[in-house]
Amino acid sequence: MNPSGLPPLASLPGPQIRAVHDELHGDLLELSMGPHHPSTHGVFRMVVTLDGETVVKLKPVFGYLHRNHEKIAEGASYLGSMPYTDRLDYLCSMTNNWSYALAVERLAGQAVSERAEYVRVILAELTRLLNHTCLAGFLLQDGGASGTPLMYAFREREKILDLFESLSGSRMMCNYQRFGGCRADPSPAWLDSARALVDGYGRFLDEYEALLTGNEILMARTQGIGRLSPQLAVSAGVTGPMLRAAGVGYDIRKVDGYGFYPRFTFRVPIGADGDTYDRYMVRILEMRESIGILRQALRDIPAGPILDPKAKQRGLRPKAGEVYSRIEGPKGEIGFFLISDGGPNPYRYRVRPPSLINLTILEDMCLGQSIADSVVILGSVDIVLGEVDR
Amino acid sequence: MLGTGLLQGLAVTARNFLGSFYDRRRFVTTQYPEQRTALPEAYRNFPFLVCESADDPMGTLRCVACQICEKECPPQCIYIEKSKDKKPDANGKPQIYPAVFDIDTAVCMSCQICVEVCPFDAIKMDQVFELAATDRFGALLMDRHALAKPNSYFQSIHPTEAGEVDSRLLAARLAAEEKARTAAAAKAAPKPAAPKPPAAPSAEAPKPSPPLA
Amino acid sequence: MSAGPTDAHLLERAPFLLRDWLTHALPEPLRWFANTLIAIAAILAIFGTLFALLTLVERKVLGRVQNRPGPNRTGWFGILQPVADGIKMLTKEDIVPRAADPLLHFLAPVALLGFSVLTFAVIPYGRDLVAVRLDAGVLYFFAAGSATELSIFMAGWSSNNKYALVAAMRALAQLISYELPLLLSAVPVVLAAGTLSAPDIVESQGGFTWGFVPHWHVFTPWGAAAFLVFFISALSESNRSPFDLPEAESELIAGHLTEYSGFKYALFFMAEYFGMCSLCGMAVTLFLGGWQAPLAALEFIPSYAWFALKLCALLLVFIWIRATLPRLRMDQLTRFAWKFLVPLALVNLAASAFWSLSFGWAGPMQALRWAIGIALAVGPFVLLGRRLGAGIGPRTYRYA
Repeated sequence: MNPSGLPPLASLPGPQIRAVHDELHGDLLELSMGPHHPSTHGVFRMVVTLDGETVVKLKPVFGYLHRNHEKIAEGASYLGSMPYTDRLDYLCSMTNNWSYALAVERLAGQAVSERAEYVRVILAELTRLLNHTCLAGFLLQDGGASGTPLMYAFREREKILDLFESLSGSRMMCNYQRFGGCRADPSPAWLDSARALVDGYGRFLDEYEALLTGNEILMARTQGIGRLSPQLAVSAGVTGPMLRAAGVGYDIRKVDGYGFYPRFTFRVPIGADGDTYDRYMVRILEMRESIGILRQALRDIPAGPILDPKAKQRGLRPKAGEVYSRIEGPKGEIGFFLISDGGPNPYRYRVRPPSLINLTILEDMCLGQSIADSVVILGSVDIVLGEVDR
Repeated sequence: MLGTGLLQGLAVTARNFLGSFYDRRRFVTTQYPEQRTALPEAYRNFPFLVCESADDPMGTLRCVACQICEKECPPQCIYIEKSKDKKPDANGKPQIYPAVFDIDTAVCMSCQICVEVCPFDAIKMDQVFELAATDRFGALLMDRHALAKPNSYFQSIHPTEAGEVDSRLLAARLAAEEKARTAAAAKAAPKPAAPKPPAAPSAEAPKPSPPLA
Repeated sequence: MSAGPTDAHLLERAPFLLRDWLTHALPEPLRWFANTLIAIAAILAIFGTLFALLTLVERKVLGRVQNRPGPNRTGWFGILQPVADGIKMLTKEDIVPRAADPLLHFLAPVALLGFSVLTFAVIPYGRDLVAVRLDAGVLYFFAAGSATELSIFMAGWSSNNKYALVAAMRALAQLISYELPLLLSAVPVVLAAGTLSAPDIVESQGGFTWGFVPHWHVFTPWGAAAFLVFFISALSESNRSPFDLPEAESELIAGHLTEYSGFKYALFFMAEYFGMCSLCGMAVTLFLGGWQAPLAALEFIPSYAWFALKLCALLLVFIWIRATLPRLRMDQLTRFAWKFLVPLALVNLAASAFWSLSFGWAGPMQALRWAIGIALAVGPFVLLGRRLGAGIGPRTYRYA
């Protein structure tokens, strides 16, 4: 399977580790960054071998936040796993919910009401705005800005979280999607405030970009840094904005056309260099496209039931079979693989976490870069440890 | 020219610095203990048990200890022991009640699934979030006395949902009374040979309520 | 300290009157000694207070820039926050790692603070208000100032911590890179003023063109360029964002401060702010006319107030820049110094020389003088900037 049509991964340079350790060249320095480190995004740890300040080896270590999500889900009912999916990528609970609901709906053959599909698109795109805005803030924080971009990002994120809260009752752990629809119906007032937010978001992005995008220091720190070749990205299974920044135009919203995405017009921005700056810019441009999708969805959303009252939530026993669902989450392909043996809980439950799979090529991107860059590159991968470790 | 991007950024921060003095959209901080933002109606925190009367909370709990929530709770934070005896519920029908109903709020993840699966509208989500305690175990384990809150409280925090629940319960009660009356009429009718089981009318009550609309 | 001015008004003479009132009873040889002690005490007290206020102001400004109020719980508008911080720092346990070199670990903050305080000696805070009137005051200032980075190296090395070690290496590279443009950008001023004495440099910036444009060096083309170079180098010398590489918290946790706690940690901050203040003070002295008033009509305001005002304005710009910019990388930092600031400063030396030589030009020649002066200042900036920024720039993106 080679969706990009790229040549196979053959000529890529492998990790290069300096062989000389004599008096002239001095020793290598092994630095264990994390799990308690200001910029490893939680409890991630990287064991970095440094030659001066240059990274010659990087070993990612994770699992500090492992909480047995997949095994627990095999003992829980289908509905009971829904709130746990909030805690995977805790910035994007709405998209996690959606992907899981999609899996169970396919397994159980449940139809989704039209209004619910629109609401799902709206919430997924709001989540994308939220995630990408925060990512830019985190990235700049890793780059040494004194919190200002992050604070602006959080100021706007707060408005989206307020919307989530007034709809689902919780700001981050939304637990909102249900099999066959959504749990609560957005009121007209809610839709109006969502419209107001979407209308104002473009202005915020303009200001945000004025602060960041043209900044020479940001460009110097990110351009040409942490290059990811499209070949490596495809063969490593990288998805999401990272893949698109590497120049591969692969967006599941377009490829699968799940939900009602084929009804909306939007474009998929693609980077050319695959460096940190491209990863940053692709996300910024994606946010602008998301605003367009949100405008269309909020304009066209039909009236109707959000959830069929007869749609079974509790005690669901889908017939035996297996299913893999995937959606384009803000971080990449978030997928759920379920096997049902006809019982009340899944026989097998597996998450495809975009953060984890995007993280696997961290060393390839960091080799030869400086220690300061490796932190920024890690920031541009956009990991959430709740999802990496599960 | 080199530096224009930096100057642009400096202009943005300067605008935000000045804006924070007069523009509420920029200066969004609320001084929490003194100022409080209004919680949205949908806000949920930890569950509580609905009782009909504030005077006799233990006697008027809607919960019949059916243990569905205990079974469905994803983190298994609910512990219920059924009573040995029965007490009359709001409709006057004798029901089992929870002799023990504990929720460990240290384990609860506020997912609201207990509320969705409860067929009796007996457990609802609370909005009290200032629950910090100095005791890790006892103070965070809420028993049924701490959990019971009257229906009027439920009305005050989730008015829309409570209104729907009340009308639904009223309809169920009226239907039950109607059935009881027809049953009584049937009993009083000349053919008393086939007495209807008294449990039949109340079978209406445990009908699973539709998930929150 | 020299004798106070006699013809100025009371407010202007107030510091001297106060000092003389305190020491007039002493015999002559002792009076000199007492006067010096008073100068030291005054500098320590004033800048100590300024340090405390500056930490608060920095957090408040940073907060406002980030749309939040900043510390506002201790006292009125958080005014007691520095006191609370101080108490916290004093009562914290002082941890010295077992593997550390205890003597160096202790000496580093002390030496750092000592060197930072030394630089205050030669800055003229007002008319005749200078602690030590050195003929080579500017030279002394840079000599004392450059020793601070050595203390950071001491701290990093003695901590025996990998992060601190990397920070120490960074501090040294930074010191070597930025000391040069800092000095070179001060040389044109020396050239123009013909003296290395800070009070004389300020005196030379007195007077006004057309009655309202002060003769400050920053209002000449070479002066503006030199001020820019000096200011950027000062940011780096005082380890401030975007050059705060030794303590880059996102990479090195706290850099050379990683193994410091309690009051030693506070001393580092004190020294950082002292360094910032003294460098700003020197920038004011060299380029912004020192204690001179910006308008002749405003000269009734005492000179030290003008100095304080300019100093605070520059400190605010320091904070403003910190609130805005991300950090440079180590190699970019050195490249920026050697490939941009040093050549700029060297060219600026020529520009300053031209400005001095063309002093007598008048009429249309005056316009030519300005044109050449501006070209000599802006031209290298644009050319060097283009070279430095080669390969980076905004990009256009395509869509799938």
